[in-house]
Amino acid sequence: MHIVMISTLVIGLVGLILGGALVTASKKFYVETDDRVTKVRQCLRGANCGACGYAGCDAVAEAMVRGEARVDACPGNSTENIAKIAAILGKETVDQDPQVAYVQCAGTCDATRPKARYVGIADCRAAYLSGLNFGSCAFGCLGLGSCIHVCPQGAISIRDGIAVVDSHKCVGCGMCAKACPKGVIAMHDRTTKVAVRCSNQNRGPAVKRVCSAGCIGCGICVKQCQQGAITLENNLSRVDPEKCIGCGKCVEKCPTGSIRFL
Amino acid sequence: MKNLILIIVSTALVNNVVLSQFLGICSFLGVSAQKKASLSLGLAVTAVLTVSSLVAALLYQYALLPLHLEYLKTIVFILVIAALVQMVEMFLKKNAHGVYQSLGIYLPLITTNCAVLGVALTNVQNGYSILESTVAGLGTAVGYTVAIVLLAAIREHIDQEAVPAPFRGAPIVLLCATLMAMAFMGFASLG
Repeated sequence: MHIVMISTLVIGLVGLILGGALVTASKKFYVETDDRVTKVRQCLRGANCGACGYAGCDAVAEAMVRGEARVDACPGNSTENIAKIAAILGKETVDQDPQVAYVQCAGTCDATRPKARYVGIADCRAAYLSGLNFGSCAFGCLGLGSCIHVCPQGAISIRDGIAVVDSHKCVGCGMCAKACPKGVIAMHDRTTKVAVRCSNQNRGPAVKRVCSAGCIGCGICVKQCQQGAITLENNLSRVDPEKCIGCGKCVEKCPTGSIRFL
Repeated sequence: MKNLILIIVSTALVNNVVLSQFLGICSFLGVSAQKKASLSLGLAVTAVLTVSSLVAALLYQYALLPLHLEYLKTIVFILVIAALVQMVEMFLKKNAHGVYQSLGIYLPLITTNCAVLGVALTNVQNGYSILESTVAGLGTAVGYTVAIVLLAAIREHIDQEAVPAPFRGAPIVLLCATLMAMAFMGFASLG
C-alpha cells in the first residue's frame, strides 16, 4: 500500500478512536448548563477585554446569571444590550450612559516642541518611569502609544504625535484611561458635546510657553457660555455636560482652540 | 526500579521542565497568583501529562514503529493531548466546578502547554520503554507542580510587600522565577 494511504489511515483511525472516546466522555460528564448564560453571552461584546474585572465575557455572563455581577457590569455594553440582558434575567434594566474615551491633549508636533529625543522602550509607561520630560509640556500626551496596545477595539492611533480616539470604534471600556501614565485620556459620557483638549494645570503664560494649543485658563469660554456650564478648575476649563447645550460659542471664541466639539 | 527512581528525580528536579528546560512558561506565570489555583492546575497537568505520556508511548511502540511512521509522531501526539485535555476539562466541569472556573482559559490551554508535547517527544528521543515514559511524564508533572506552587507561594508573600513601582506586576515575578531557576541549578550536582 502506498505510504500516503497508510499514514492517512493511521491518523484517521487515531482521530476516530479519540473522537469516539470524547463523545462517550461528553455524555458521561454532561453538565446541565443554564441556557441563560449562552443568551447573556450573546448580548456582550465578546472582546474579552477584562474591563469588567472577570476573566472574560464567558465568566461575566455566568456571574450575571448567578446574580453576582450587575447587568451593566460590562462597561462597553450598549444600553440596548443591557436591556436585553435584564430581560433575559428578569431584572430591571439599568440606564447606563455609554462612555467614550477622550484625549485631553492637543499638543501635536506643530503645537509643542521636543525638549529631548527619547530613545528608550517605546512605551509611555516606561518613558514616564524614566522621570524625564522629553516634550515641552509636562502634562501632555507622550505619543508612544501605551493606549493603542490595551485597546481591545483598535480604536486608538497616534496622529501627529498625540493619541487620537476613533469614537465610532470606542466601546468605552476605559482600559486606555487606566493605561495612560499621564492621565491624559479621560472617560466622557457619550452625551458630552464639548470638552477641553488640554491637561496642563499651569497658569496661562506657562502654558503658552510650551504649547500653542493648550488651555491658558483665560476664562473667555466661561463668559461666553449663557448656560453657566463652564467653570475654571486648576487653570483648565471644565464643561458640565448636564448644562451644556452644545451651542458652540465657547468653541468659536477660544483663543487657542483648545475647547472643541467631541 | 533504580532506573525508574532515577528518571523521576531527573525529570522532577534536575531537568525541571519549567526552570531548566523553559517549557510551559505561559501557564507558569499566568496561574501562579494563588496557591490553590496553581495546585489545581498542577494536578490537572499531572493527569494530562501522565496519561498522555502513556498513550503516546503505546501508540508509538505499537502503531507508529511497526508501520515505520515515526515521522508522524508529532501530529499523533498532538491529537492525543488535545483529546485528553478535553476529557480533563469535562471531568473538572462535572466534578470540580470551582476548580474549573478558577483555571479559566488556562485549562484548555494545557493543550498548547509545550511541556506536554515536549515530554512525549523527549521520551521517544531517549528511547524510553512504555513504563519509563509514563514515569517520566509523572516526574515532569511533579516538577511542574512543585515549581508553580512554589512560585505561587512566593507571589502571595510579594503581594503584601512594598515592591518598588517599576518592579510591580510581571517584572518582580520574572525576577523570582529567575532566582528559582538558579536555585534549581543546584540539583545538577545530584547527577
